[in-house]
Amino acid sequence: MQHLAIFPILLPLLAAVFMLLPPLSNSITRQRIFAVSILLLLVTVSTLLLLTSHQQGTQLYILGGWQPPFGITLVGDRLSTMMVLLTSVLGLGAHLYACAGEDKDGMYFHPLFMFQIMGVNGAFLTGDIFNLFVFFEVLLIASYALLIHGGGKQKTKMNVHYVILNLVGSGIFLFALGILYGTIGSLNIADMANKVRLLDEHEQALAKAGGLLLLVVFGLKAALLPLHFWLPKTYAAASAPVAALFAIMTKVGVYSILRVHTTIFGEDAGALAGIAIPWLWPLALLTLTMGAIGVLASPGLRLTAANLVIVSVGTLMLAIAMQRESATSAALYYMMHTTLVTGALFLIADLISKQRGKAEDRYVIARKMRYGKFIGIAFFIAALTSVGMPPLSGFVGKILILQATQGLAETAWVWAIVLLAGLASMVAISRAGTTIFWRAAGENTNNEKLSPLKIIAVVLLLSASPLLVVFGGAVTDYTNLAAAQLHNSMPTVTALLPGGNE
Amino acid sequence: MEAIYAFCVGILTTCGFFLVLRGRTFTVVIGLTLLSYAVNLFLFASGRLKLNGAAVLGQSAEYSDPLPQALVLTAIVIGFAMTAFVVILAMRSRADQGNDHVDGQMPDQPSRISVSDKRSG
Repeated sequence: MQHLAIFPILLPLLAAVFMLLPPLSNSITRQRIFAVSILLLLVTVSTLLLLTSHQQGTQLYILGGWQPPFGITLVGDRLSTMMVLLTSVLGLGAHLYACAGEDKDGMYFHPLFMFQIMGVNGAFLTGDIFNLFVFFEVLLIASYALLIHGGGKQKTKMNVHYVILNLVGSGIFLFALGILYGTIGSLNIADMANKVRLLDEHEQALAKAGGLLLLVVFGLKAALLPLHFWLPKTYAAASAPVAALFAIMTKVGVYSILRVHTTIFGEDAGALAGIAIPWLWPLALLTLTMGAIGVLASPGLRLTAANLVIVSVGTLMLAIAMQRESATSAALYYMMHTTLVTGALFLIADLISKQRGKAEDRYVIARKMRYGKFIGIAFFIAALTSVGMPPLSGFVGKILILQATQGLAETAWVWAIVLLAGLASMVAISRAGTTIFWRAAGENTNNEKLSPLKIIAVVLLLSASPLLVVFGGAVTDYTNLAAAQLHNSMPTVTALLPGGNE
Repeated sequence: MEAIYAFCVGILTTCGFFLVLRGRTFTVVIGLTLLSYAVNLFLFASGRLKLNGAAVLGQSAEYSDPLPQALVLTAIVIGFAMTAFVVILAMRSRADQGNDHVDGQMPDQPSRISVSDKRSG
């Protein structure tokens, strides 16, 4: 299938447009069925794309027949197809949960959800850095509207912060692109990787400024330390399915850093090789520390989950800062695990807060939950995994990252801080679990039913964790290959430019 | 020409950032607008400044790089949509919170004290 690479973008786009038109727009049931079937189709398509890219090599899709480096290309290599599949699975889980009733809290939930998925998939697949900006804007404007879904004072307040920060971020993104285009003279990522070595000294200084400005922008999206203050409260304020879907948003930032700072400013970039690394090391360590402190200080489960996102971003950044294949491969494994499990944790936090009446998800004594057993087991699995205890995927991911530090000067720092952050998370989350599930007073008077769709959604996302362990061998083989493809960018880069492919 | 151009972009960016850092949503929105003007001018300049150069071949002796112009066009459209969104959001925030501060509440005591100090002094 020659057009396979564009389907992950086209499908949600068309689905969103159709859902705005009459036969679907006036019935929420039809929208739900349609959206779920589209998402199932999307999971299938992404799996197919991943397999094709894995077996037949990178899928290059040249839009409009304009030959690269002049036109826009979509690049489906191992890394990007993996991220697309991850988005689709997370989207399906979050959406199933929303179909249980949350989608009626506001207008246009389903189309916005589709636009958001389209933006995320586009950002992963594109091979052009300006196109990356455009897809960032698509996913951002959908997320602005999704964040305020359901309304309320707190959501409006957090949305104002989120929108303003991201608009400034978009401005900086464009400044960076202007600088890079002015010096390198191209916007195609593969072509930029080729040309960045040929710059003279003055241009190098400018390109370095551009590259570091990009790090600022992606750091803002990924919630890297000085730019992470917006994240905890924003994620805690968002409605559950939206927060679960947002688990992929920070990963878009991480992915972009990985893409730009290993392909363009990677080992082959001459004088500009690894310009981000001296910044990434301390920032990643500090992000991890701040995340762990935040986890300890959170008064409610949703805030804890949001702070766990920051911990995971810190861990991922550490792995990226190591700039070696084994570390990148470990980061990719950890990324899959953390995205799905954090998504599940946000959903579980919502289940808990719906069951506990006025106490919501805060760590205070409340009435017993009606479905305490199911929620308790789900919470236990999610907690074990996100803290990184054996035998689930969080443990494997962390071990892989710690193993990758072998022989680095920073090994001691990485081990100490990663393990301490793990300990802090464990203390915080076991306190959360004991308060929520064991310190209950009085009988349950809550009649809130547990919809089967919500159970399916949580189980779907959580099942990723044992599956990632059971099929750990196959998955790590794949991530090893993906990391190798990313780091040995030269063969990839030449394949993406004219003359290299045929 | 380059110096004046760079100076204008610089002034716009500075003013934009200054206004974005203010507390009221109105000034922040104005700041974002200035910032997006600065960005558009900057992007346009990334194809080098050139007089009498048409972007279409055969229209003039020299031609200019058409790509930045296309980029600016995209950036203008996106910036316009985002500004519209942030204006509506600011109004919604004003209605929900009862004031137009970005944090949803006016800063407390210190500023009032300083105002009264000025009056008495």
